[in-house]
Amino acid sequence: MLRRIGIEAIEVRRADELAQVDGLILPGGESTTMVKFLTGENLLEPIRQFAGEGKPIFGTCAGAILLAREVTNPPQLSLGLLDVSIERNGYGRQLDSHIAEVATSLAGGAMEAVFIRAPRFTSLAAEVETLASIKGEPVFVRQGKIFAATFHPELTDDERAHRLFIEQALKHQQQSAVPS
Amino acid sequence: MTDNSIRLKTGLAEMLKGGVIMDVTNAEQAKIAEDAGAVAVMALERVPADIRRDGGVARMASPKKIREIMAVVSIPVMAKVRIGHFAEAQVLEALGVDFIDESEVLTPADEEHHVDKHQFKVPFVCGARNLGEALRRIGEGAAMIRTKGEAGSGNIVEAVRHLRQISHDIKRLTILGAEELMAEAKNLGAPYELVRMVAKDGKLPVPNFAAGGIATPADASLCMQLGAETVFVGSGIFKSSDPAARARAIVKATTHYQNPLMVLEASEELGEAMPGLDIAKLPESELLQTRGW
Repeated sequence: MLRRIGIEAIEVRRADELAQVDGLILPGGESTTMVKFLTGENLLEPIRQFAGEGKPIFGTCAGAILLAREVTNPPQLSLGLLDVSIERNGYGRQLDSHIAEVATSLAGGAMEAVFIRAPRFTSLAAEVETLASIKGEPVFVRQGKIFAATFHPELTDDERAHRLFIEQALKHQQQSAVPS
Repeated sequence: MTDNSIRLKTGLAEMLKGGVIMDVTNAEQAKIAEDAGAVAVMALERVPADIRRDGGVARMASPKKIREIMAVVSIPVMAKVRIGHFAEAQVLEALGVDFIDESEVLTPADEEHHVDKHQFKVPFVCGARNLGEALRRIGEGAAMIRTKGEAGSGNIVEAVRHLRQISHDIKRLTILGAEELMAEAKNLGAPYELVRMVAKDGKLPVPNFAAGGIATPADASLCMQLGAETVFVGSGIFKSSDPAARARAIVKATTHYQNPLMVLEASEELGEAMPGLDIAKLPESELLQTRGW
């Protein structure tokens, strides 16, 4: 998706690779596995620092779980960068995976959303803004420069969610390029 | 089945990329696998090395065992059915497993036909030794392909052969002229539309994983460097002397497969690997990879 938009992307597996990027995507996958990876490689603190420096982070599906303040079903460790509670496998197992149209405040009308063993936000702090929702339930949210979607925008042709995140990354890049 | 169904099926396969899927036979092993960082577990009655040793008919695992496994882990649970045994697949779908492996490791139920996987909502993975076989399975609705390798052998040679064969076949397609593709589809025994798609994209339309004989961290790294997107480890973990440590080590080597220092770290302080078999000395009748058509 990023390359399609024309953005250079690398895979970050270590803290020194994290230092090379202006924005970080926490992708889909298995959050249980990803938490083990992040703790095993001592990446939790570096990612929190990364966010502290005002660099944007976008979590999709499992990535949204990693960002949340509180995780349930079952509870697990997370970065706590986004003031939400999230329930893992909120719709059920793979047989409950589905594709739906979600209403969004972004220009261009409804967004196609692919939910795969997706989590559900169960509560949002007041500072968290809803960017897309289905039947009144938030599925794409933002708190400052932290973005999180419970679906997989990378599995559709819709670039809007990623572009929103990229805007923030470019902004940060320009600001940090100014000599101080 | 609709286009959306295929997107959801391959979508889950996409989410497993870069990880390790481990064979487990009970809830306790499933927990060890999850704790070690597996992205999914494969529930089966006996690991391939034991199937090979004990002989007899190998079937789908008991639903009770699979349920116990589903209850203790939060990662996806896969289970195997016999080739062509669509009723076993219906049972697994009713049970709610996340992925079905129509596997040559079990005793085939149909010696001519595979399961029509389009009829199912649950995604399927199937084994392949070459591009023709991979595309026949995708044509039937498989959402993920894995090499067959030679399961339960502890010998990586067949998985390497199949990975290389598939990527060789794909490269070949990309340099053929459009008018050559129909004859090539005939040679491969593969659906023409899929042959055209692969010729254009230079890759399979579904994720391509490695399986069959992976026993060490370096084996996992080798498969990933040869183009596999994830590795399945069957007997390699729970037939070794320290399963938890080996499971963690293989996960680490798969994550950092391009970094020899990390693979070295993963390879140190491990106990004994599972004993291996020389494939060349196995009689044809004992090979699992020749099952499937």
